[in-house]
Amino acid sequence: MKNLKLVTALAASVALPSAGFATELEVTHWWTSGGEAAAVAELAKAFDAGGDKWVDGAIAGGGSTARPIMISRITGGDPMGATQFNHGQQALELVEAGLMLDLTDVAEAEGWKEKVFPPSLLEACTVDGRIYCAPVNIHSPEWLWLSNKAYADAGIPVPTNWNEFVASAPQLEAAGKIPLALGNQAWQSNLAFGAITVAVAGLDIWKQVNVEKNMDVAAGPEMAAVFAAVGDARKLAAKSTVQDWNQATNLVLTGEAGGQIMGDWAQGEFQVAGKVAGTDYTCLPGLGLNAYLSTGCDAFYFPKNDDPEIEAAQKRLAALLVSPEVQVAFNLKKGSLPIRGDVDLAAANDCMKKGLEVLAGGNLLPTGDMTWSPDVVKQNEDLMVEFFKSDMAPEAAHAQWVENLKSGL
Amino acid sequence: MAEAQRTTRMWRNLNAKIAAIPMVLTTLVVFVGGTAWTVLYSFTDSKLLPRERWVGFDQYERLWSNSRWLTSIENLMIYGVLSLIFTIVIGFVLAVAMDQKIRFEDTFRTIMLYPFALSFIVTGLVWQWILNPEFGIQSIVRGLGWESFTFNPLDNPDLVLYGLLIAGLWQGTGFVMCLMLAGLRGIDEDIWKAARVDGIPTWKTYVLIILPMMRPVFITTLVLVAAGIIKLYDLVVAQTSGGPGTASQVPAMYVYDYMFQAQNLGQGFAASTMMLLSVLIVLIPWAYLEFGGRKHG
Repeated sequence: MKNLKLVTALAASVALPSAGFATELEVTHWWTSGGEAAAVAELAKAFDAGGDKWVDGAIAGGGSTARPIMISRITGGDPMGATQFNHGQQALELVEAGLMLDLTDVAEAEGWKEKVFPPSLLEACTVDGRIYCAPVNIHSPEWLWLSNKAYADAGIPVPTNWNEFVASAPQLEAAGKIPLALGNQAWQSNLAFGAITVAVAGLDIWKQVNVEKNMDVAAGPEMAAVFAAVGDARKLAAKSTVQDWNQATNLVLTGEAGGQIMGDWAQGEFQVAGKVAGTDYTCLPGLGLNAYLSTGCDAFYFPKNDDPEIEAAQKRLAALLVSPEVQVAFNLKKGSLPIRGDVDLAAANDCMKKGLEVLAGGNLLPTGDMTWSPDVVKQNEDLMVEFFKSDMAPEAAHAQWVENLKSGL
Repeated sequence: MAEAQRTTRMWRNLNAKIAAIPMVLTTLVVFVGGTAWTVLYSFTDSKLLPRERWVGFDQYERLWSNSRWLTSIENLMIYGVLSLIFTIVIGFVLAVAMDQKIRFEDTFRTIMLYPFALSFIVTGLVWQWILNPEFGIQSIVRGLGWESFTFNPLDNPDLVLYGLLIAGLWQGTGFVMCLMLAGLRGIDEDIWKAARVDGIPTWKTYVLIILPMMRPVFITTLVLVAAGIIKLYDLVVAQTSGGPGTASQVPAMYVYDYMFQAQNLGQGFAASTMMLLSVLIVLIPWAYLEFGGRKHG
């Protein structure tokens, strides 16, 4: 039986599209912005080419809207064929409850262990020695995107790091620009906070707080400096009233705002708009201060199904997602980095190359999603969005932040 | 003899009783059962999936020290009180105006009631656009030549609640007006005649005679409006998504966010239990007034 399945899978991967193998697989994800949708289309194209049918289940509104829907479908007994998660702790309980398909045999057949780089990506997919998800890209939130046009309009050079950016803000404002574009959604405030933490406090402090979970360091003077810097950012973003991240990116794109702290997925928007890295926009990994990137990751999980045909199709898709061709096609469109080091990204642009350099240099750190539970992340999101939109003192926010972390110990 | 009487009463309307069984079961299992389960699990530290690890009142302690929850409660109280007063007062005044035997009453009534046919999501989006400075009221007034006019309540933490209130009133008052109008039409014509014979001015008749006679309508309206306020969710999600910051958060959003986004069922259950309590505080006095009094009267 097992052999038969393997034969079927192999046959499907080489055979011409034929009705006999066509299995419909619904795939849910939250990639709905222009650049993201173009990237997903690449995945669908590759899957359909293998003779199966990709049924797109895009859920608009970002991960925080999409995840509850996905989770209730899985726990409610209506599993989709495959679903995106940021891997780490988001799907951990679902895996532990036995609701996810074990992909260890696919991973061994395809040699994921040797090929996935950095290895931490696969480790985050692993629970009790078994592999439960297929990583598709590395996304790092610690980027500052700058509009060359905005700085040209204001008649000043484009900053090369966060400190210069803050210093240049008054001139930008005088030229009628918003210095920092920031969407109103809670996760975006938290993302900005995370990026500023790495940039201002540096890797050691970050690790002591988020990996070793040393609460004395969290309450210490280094983090107080971070909160002061976030207070600066709050002043710069005061005039930004948009909701979604891509609306904020659009402000940078059109030169109405000086910059935005956002993950590398913002690059997809610049690309769709036909902007060129280096001349139209500038990117600073690690905000130009500490070029460290956290290796957050989008991964696909495959909820368990009773139908063996669907299971075979799920495994075909899992193998496909990690394959080099799909990795290149997908990541070039999305502007993110591939999860394996052995692919050729000659077509990569300026910003992706900067990212690849950081990656190759090993300046990596795990994301908050991997080290803290969603509960703590949510509390910090609430805190950050409140902080950014009120006149809360940085010291009060700092104290509350430490409390939030403690609740997750 | 008494025994036989009781038996016959039990078998009376047998068909109706059998027909009601599914609904009774649904109520017991889904509503009562689900509620009890939720309350029970609010005393555990359930995360994404429910589990029986009892932590006493920990979830409630955390809930009541959380600034977002406290903001939510405060917002709900302000919104609730203002919304109750304004919907009922405006609804009643509109109903009285309708009751003056005006021409095209049907047309007016339809216009007033139309907003109620829209869901809160649509209402929220419509008002988000109307209040948006880029293409709403502010840009229209500026277009008329008043360049310095600024009206941007949804981006101001101090005003955002009133932005919500306008939308809520626009949607809800038509319905309240219809309830009130039905109440007014239910008043016996003879009472009006008697008041006129006695030479009582019309406004005095409304305030001193008609209002007290409409007590049941008022109580029903009060309960409907109050229950709607406590479950307020979709309007806020559509119009402001709780922002700016946490300035327009409401308890139902807290429940949803913590149950599903934070994957902390225990915390979400504790918050929803508090919401249940507040619904009961509204419902019990109403049930007492509506059904308790009748037995003796």
